[in-house]
Amino acid sequence: MNGLGLVKGLALTFKHFFSTYVADIFGGKNSIRRRGTIDADGLFTIQYPEESVVIPEEFRVIPFLVYTLGEDGQRKYRCTACGICSKVCPTQCIWITRMKDPETGKPITSSQEFYIDVDKCMNCGTCAEFCPFDAIKMDHDYRIASYTRGETHIYPKPQLGKPLEYYAKIRPLNYAVEEAERAAKAQPRQ
Amino acid sequence: MEANQDLYKPGYEIPEELRQQVTITTLERIYNWGRSNSMWPMMFGLACCAIEMICTAASRYDFSRFGMEVMRPSPRQADVMIVAGTVTKKMLPQIVRLYNQMSLPKYVLAMGACACGGGPFKEGYNVVPGIDTYIPVDVYVTGCPPTPQGLLNGLLTLQKKIKMEQMKETGWYSKEPVVEVPIPILGPDVYDPRKSDLIYTETHKPEVLSTEESTMEGESK
Amino acid sequence: MTDQPGLDPTYSDLLNEFPQAVELEARPGFTGVVVLTSALIDVMTYLRDRKGYDYLSSVTAVDDFPEDKLEIVYLLFKTTGGGIIELKVFTQRDEPVVPSITPLYQGAEFQEREVWDLYGVKFTGHPDLRRLLLWEGFSGHPLRKDWKEPFYEEEVKPFKTRWPEGKGVRSENLNPFKDNVQYPRDFDPNTYEPDADRSVYKLLESQIPAETGDFKVDHLVVNIGPQHPSTHGVFRMAALLEGEKVLALKPVIGYLHRNHEKIGERNTFVQNMPFTDRMDYLSSMSNNFGYAITVEKLLGVKPPERAEYLRVMMAELTRIASHTMAIGFLLNDLGAFFTPSLYALEERELILDIFESVAGSRMMCNYFRFGGVVRDIPEETLKSVKKLVEDRLPRKVDDLDRYLTDNEIVRVRCEGIGVLTAEEAIAYSASGPILRASGVPYDIRKVDPYSIYDRLEFDVCYRQHGDVYDRYLVRLDEIRQSLRILKQVINQIPEGPIMTGKVQYMVKVPAGEAYGRVEGPRGELGFYVVSDGKPNPKRYHVRAPSMINTTSLEKMCVGGKIADAVTILGAVDVVLGEVDR
Ligand code: SF4
Ligand code: SF4
Ligand code: SF4
Repeated sequence: MNGLGLVKGLALTFKHFFSTYVADIFGGKNSIRRRGTIDADGLFTIQYPEESVVIPEEFRVIPFLVYTLGEDGQRKYRCTACGICSKVCPTQCIWITRMKDPETGKPITSSQEFYIDVDKCMNCGTCAEFCPFDAIKMDHDYRIASYTRGETHIYPKPQLGKPLEYYAKIRPLNYAVEEAERAAKAQPRQ
Repeated sequence: MEANQDLYKPGYEIPEELRQQVTITTLERIYNWGRSNSMWPMMFGLACCAIEMICTAASRYDFSRFGMEVMRPSPRQADVMIVAGTVTKKMLPQIVRLYNQMSLPKYVLAMGACACGGGPFKEGYNVVPGIDTYIPVDVYVTGCPPTPQGLLNGLLTLQKKIKMEQMKETGWYSKEPVVEVPIPILGPDVYDPRKSDLIYTETHKPEVLSTEESTMEGESK
Repeated sequence: MTDQPGLDPTYSDLLNEFPQAVELEARPGFTGVVVLTSALIDVMTYLRDRKGYDYLSSVTAVDDFPEDKLEIVYLLFKTTGGGIIELKVFTQRDEPVVPSITPLYQGAEFQEREVWDLYGVKFTGHPDLRRLLLWEGFSGHPLRKDWKEPFYEEEVKPFKTRWPEGKGVRSENLNPFKDNVQYPRDFDPNTYEPDADRSVYKLLESQIPAETGDFKVDHLVVNIGPQHPSTHGVFRMAALLEGEKVLALKPVIGYLHRNHEKIGERNTFVQNMPFTDRMDYLSSMSNNFGYAITVEKLLGVKPPERAEYLRVMMAELTRIASHTMAIGFLLNDLGAFFTPSLYALEERELILDIFESVAGSRMMCNYFRFGGVVRDIPEETLKSVKKLVEDRLPRKVDDLDRYLTDNEIVRVRCEGIGVLTAEEAIAYSASGPILRASGVPYDIRKVDPYSIYDRLEFDVCYRQHGDVYDRYLVRLDEIRQSLRILKQVINQIPEGPIMTGKVQYMVKVPAGEAYGRVEGPRGELGFYVVSDGKPNPKRYHVRAPSMINTTSLEKMCVGGKIADAVTILGAVDVVLGEVDR
């Protein structure tokens, strides 16, 4: 029958519309939190700036360099400038200059400069996956809109650095596993 | 951007007793408030990022909450062009044409690493290293792809920018005709008519140094 | 692949039938037969008509630089199932000429144009040999190994300038034009006369029928796209119209040509994985899957059991996400603007959440590795997959079915539109839902099972009419079958490791070639990889189902109304990232 399809379609829309209220009124106090999740019924929207989607641990945006603060307040980066991340990076957007001993000119295990061109970075996570020192990790901060590009989209080392505590906060499970491994490695030597 | 902060100070003190009843604002502020909350994006997707743009428009992130639900396929009716995806040389003339056809005020948001600066495919032979080489860009949102929330954040950043604009500085009430961006031409490679002279001198250099070799020399520096 | 004792009998038949023109490929690691250029058409005709190799899967070329040799590779299958037949033709590098097989297999049309575009091989007898991905007038054939792009840095990655003496330099700053361009010597932009698509228009205008009688008809050339809300991206159809009737239609593609293959040949094998994500960006897990099994064929590793289950789980979730989106957007093209796609996208979001928590990104998963997957699925996520598959998705699919399938507008607009008969679909090398909607039950998961599909129960969905409506129904059925597979996978998934060996960033791939294919949401997604033992592939070719499915677009649209062209395109479900690569 002509018109039946229209009625059916509208019925779906109305069902969707009313189920929001049903879920909100009878769903108890968690009903709002269920929006945009598997349990959602009806309204699906997440009111972004006020609330945001729960970000899973593995989420990745731009990489960052993990550092710890030394006693003198100096940043101690974990990176040893081994160059693996710059070799595996599919877009070759990592540039590393290895630090040299000022006297002997021999390379030392620390990076003088470390750049990531975020205009090329494809957020693939390969660098973090293959870094043997857990020195480079993927960030969760997706709020990276900017008014200018120019050189500001080549992130230098200070901008890439984030403290270890931050890493522990955004990736607690990974952090725990890594720390356990570290401890296990350190044990037999003592 | 910060210099414009006093745009919103009407410069008039409201008497204490009237504070509850009267608000004073500037015309500028109302005008910008209206504009920034009714931006119509152009329905225009190029690549993977466009899918995330659609997701931003869809029910979960729903940018109609910011007055942006009217996505127009026609550039004449659009205020903001979200360049979502890789800009290829073959597509470039069309994008520039679309930009020219948008009426003032117009804004461009470069979404994704590709539109910002070439992205992962930058080294390819058919990819434009950033749309800002050809048209002015207001907000850059990097990421590959930026998540819908990232894009929303970018759009809010754009709103912030609009709120800081001053009517007398913006050009769209002037009688002067709008200067169009010349449309790039697809030749042996894409070329910008503005750069014709440079191209001519480079390709007609007396030495045997052809363009290819000069790039290679640049690399080894 | 096939080694000498287990040689496919067709190869021996070929050798017997054409003793002068055909010989077995001798290089270790390579398979197939080498055919003389002059005998190619005869051999192809013999294979098609006498041996039943009716399905031309892929045509591509390999550049053997610095040797003066170009190989053209043809891959053939039977739609009744069975193994691959691989033919190769050698030709010299300057001015290569090969007879076109488009008259035999129409599906070769775009692929031969692509080879002409990127390798400069002239196909004699091709009906319309123009550039496919680039534009007329572009200088050079970029996939040749000695062709260098403007931002050329080094032959292979990793580049040496990155470490230990890295300076953050943009490639633009090294180019005299501050842009990704280069021009041939003596190019004068002031006098240059661009082609500006004249070749397309000329071709269309040549199709205008001669005037008959005294009734005068005006013909109109209309471009749909590249910026059009219904072309699903930057796709362009140039159509010649008589009133509303389509007289001729030429798809123009390449607006998203991102040089996937050129970059892929510069990358190392591992580095290609994230690039495959961006090809068919609606189903990145499938792309990962295809690439992983191809390289695993070369490497000879097998992923552990749990990884296989995870792979299948992700691939099927991708199929659901992609098909729901395809259905939603098909309705978009019918005029039901955005509402059905909103419902479709809602479910897709939930699937993407799963990808995000497993792989780290919603769309660009980069999840597969050679010999396994990158990380295990968290317990929580497995639970939500279970909930999604057992409770929510079946409900929502039924909703879609109930509201759309019998809707009179959907039926009127879709039934009998864009018909492709079984013979035509095969001849045009269509694959995926298009082929199956035409009554050919050809599903790679069944006819050539990979991973653990031979252990899972599911039906091949197919329909008989070959129109838009049947393609929609096939997609809907496939969602249900995917749910069925997923239920089995969730219940059977074993515990255990997820990687064979350790993930390495420099895999040692033995020399040889491999063609691996999976049934992606859009059809046969194949990867043809040639390795010469170096860390980078020598040839990396993708058989993109969307692109080959568009070959038949003209056939489907001509004779119909222009408004239906949009619907047909929606039912082909192109993803431009894959069409153009
Ligand atoms: S792989 Fe890790 S340690 Fe090595 S250079 Fe990169 S960040 Fe530093
Ligand atoms: S995330 Fe990927 S593209 Fe970005 S720096 Fe790391 S390896 Fe390179
Ligand atoms: S930035 Fe990434 S996701 Fe966006 S278009 Fe480019 S490759 Fe695709």
